[in-house]
Amino acid sequence: MTLLRLPGESLIARAGRGIAASPKAAIALVICVLLVLAAIFAPVLAPQNPYDLKEIDIFDAKLPPGTVGYNGMTYLLGTDTQGRDMLSAMLYGLRTSLAVGLTAGVIALAIGTTLGLAAAYFGKWLDTLIMRLVDLMLGFPKILVALMIMVAFGQGTWKVILALVFVQWAFFARTVRAAAMVETGKDYVEAARCLGLSSPRILFHHLLPNCLPPLIIVGTIQVAHAIAAEATLSFLGIGLPITEPSLGLLIANGYHVLLAGLYWMSVFPGLLLLTLIFSINVVGDRLRAVLNPRLAA
Amino acid sequence: MFVHNLASPSQVGQGGLTRRWREHVTETEYRARRAMTTFVIRRLMQAVMVLFATSLIVFVAVYAIGDPLEILLPSDASETEKAQVARSLGLDLPLPVQYGRFLWAALHGDFGNSFVYNQPAMTVIFERLPATLELTITALLMSLLIGLPMGLWAGNRPGTMVDESIMTGSILGFSLPNFWQGMMLIMIFAVWLGWLPSTGRGEPGTIFGITTSFASWDGIRHLILPAINLSLGNMAVIIRLTRTGVQETLPLDFVKYARARGLSERRILMVHVMKIILIPIVTVIGIEFGTLVAFAVVTETIFAWPGVGKLIIDSISALDRPVVVAYILVMVTLFIAINLAVDVAYSLLDPRIRSRAT
Repeated sequence: MTLLRLPGESLIARAGRGIAASPKAAIALVICVLLVLAAIFAPVLAPQNPYDLKEIDIFDAKLPPGTVGYNGMTYLLGTDTQGRDMLSAMLYGLRTSLAVGLTAGVIALAIGTTLGLAAAYFGKWLDTLIMRLVDLMLGFPKILVALMIMVAFGQGTWKVILALVFVQWAFFARTVRAAAMVETGKDYVEAARCLGLSSPRILFHHLLPNCLPPLIIVGTIQVAHAIAAEATLSFLGIGLPITEPSLGLLIANGYHVLLAGLYWMSVFPGLLLLTLIFSINVVGDRLRAVLNPRLAA
Repeated sequence: MFVHNLASPSQVGQGGLTRRWREHVTETEYRARRAMTTFVIRRLMQAVMVLFATSLIVFVAVYAIGDPLEILLPSDASETEKAQVARSLGLDLPLPVQYGRFLWAALHGDFGNSFVYNQPAMTVIFERLPATLELTITALLMSLLIGLPMGLWAGNRPGTMVDESIMTGSILGFSLPNFWQGMMLIMIFAVWLGWLPSTGRGEPGTIFGITTSFASWDGIRHLILPAINLSLGNMAVIIRLTRTGVQETLPLDFVKYARARGLSERRILMVHVMKIILIPIVTVIGIEFGTLVAFAVVTETIFAWPGVGKLIIDSISALDRPVVVAYILVMVTLFIAINLAVDVAYSLLDPRIRSRAT
């Protein structure tokens, strides 16, 4: 399973080689890239703009997949209760889901990494304080903390991102601290210190590059978690506002008509969400096997 | 057992040594107990501080979400009516005074009356708690009863098709968005096949004076789908944890000795390896139980299960402040208790944690 580290091989090259060696992970990565491309080019790819009221027709509401509408358009995946083309709505929803998940993941990564590096490098009371906070955060289920934040601040895109960052930074901080603790004892850090380099420079230029492998693994998995958490909050009606429907919100809309047998409104967006989260997790799982220094040793 | 073993030198006639052994044991035991007590007291004090901080944050935060008067009164209510209701609910007082009154009452277990149910908030929550616990415990047991054997199976055959399928299946298990997975269960088993009911708790039966879904066939039928929905993600976690445990334990020397002694593979796996891997699993169960209680919010919303999870979502949308605050504080207390229990269990299983804490 684990790969030998070739001399002079960069981290990304090693990760790439590891993924290419596993057909399952390679397919998952291709799917991830395709989905990101589909999200970016949603306005070009979508048959209609689902949020332009001129383009949707209420008479086309609740059409099953494959039906040809009044305006002569074929709805491959059917329409929703408002007469929107499901495929178009899903492409736009994918866009929102990915944007929220990635933004939250990147912000949480930045905050968590900084705190984790600082805790490991400065130690003493700062370490105690940060790690106590981390323990406290990890002691509560993420969904409950996110729920409390949404109750406190109300709905909204940035509020969802805030809630996701709040529940995720601790995972990054813990991971980076563990890796940086090992690194701070090494000679190159001492050498950098003797050269009189500033602390931020040592932290981000010297320590950080050596803590990257576990960070990449956790980062991948946390993006998947963020996307799932946002979908869950939106489904519960305390996440994204109705004006920016993510995949979670589309599924929530489909939930109300599921018992009436109108399955396509919730099945298709759910399958897309599952494909997205599943492929990210498969890639993450493979990265863990390839990059984990403990396994590779 | 300890005393017998340690006092055994007396059998070879070294009386002095026996006494010293005994003293040594008592001293170590005494220190260990004192360390344990300090550890528990310290964690309890931390717990009280966390609870206090949470109560403050939650109170201020929930105060900000909206005006309950708008919900309670018709839109054409006059200003005097509004003022009257506000006064009767204590909403006209300054925020610090409201918090002081809230905290004092909360210390007495009184979170005020629910605006919606017109009953004490704690009563509303405790009425629904049994339904949630029933669902959560069923889901936890299911994930253990299925997850443990699957993890053992996969871990015992690394790299085979069985292992690959179980591991990919477990990734699928925690990738499945909980709410969507529940909807698919409803669609397949309730709408298409019509085998099981999709919503509600049915008619729970009574056994030994306790009302529970386990006591009636209707109750069990209603419990199946929600319990599967809640347990799948957790099952994936248990499978992965067990598999890792098996793989880390199998190369150890004691397994080789057990094989050398001619024990069957089944006995080695089920007894000797199991003992080792159960330690991390037992400690994870505490945390996982908490996660299940929290995720019950999603399951209960989908299956209209009348527990606290559905209550909190309804209360958030109805701006039923006392219930939201009481729910969050009950949950925080529950998690603090779980974390404390896990820490104590862990320090009992692994003395190194305890010595670090003192």
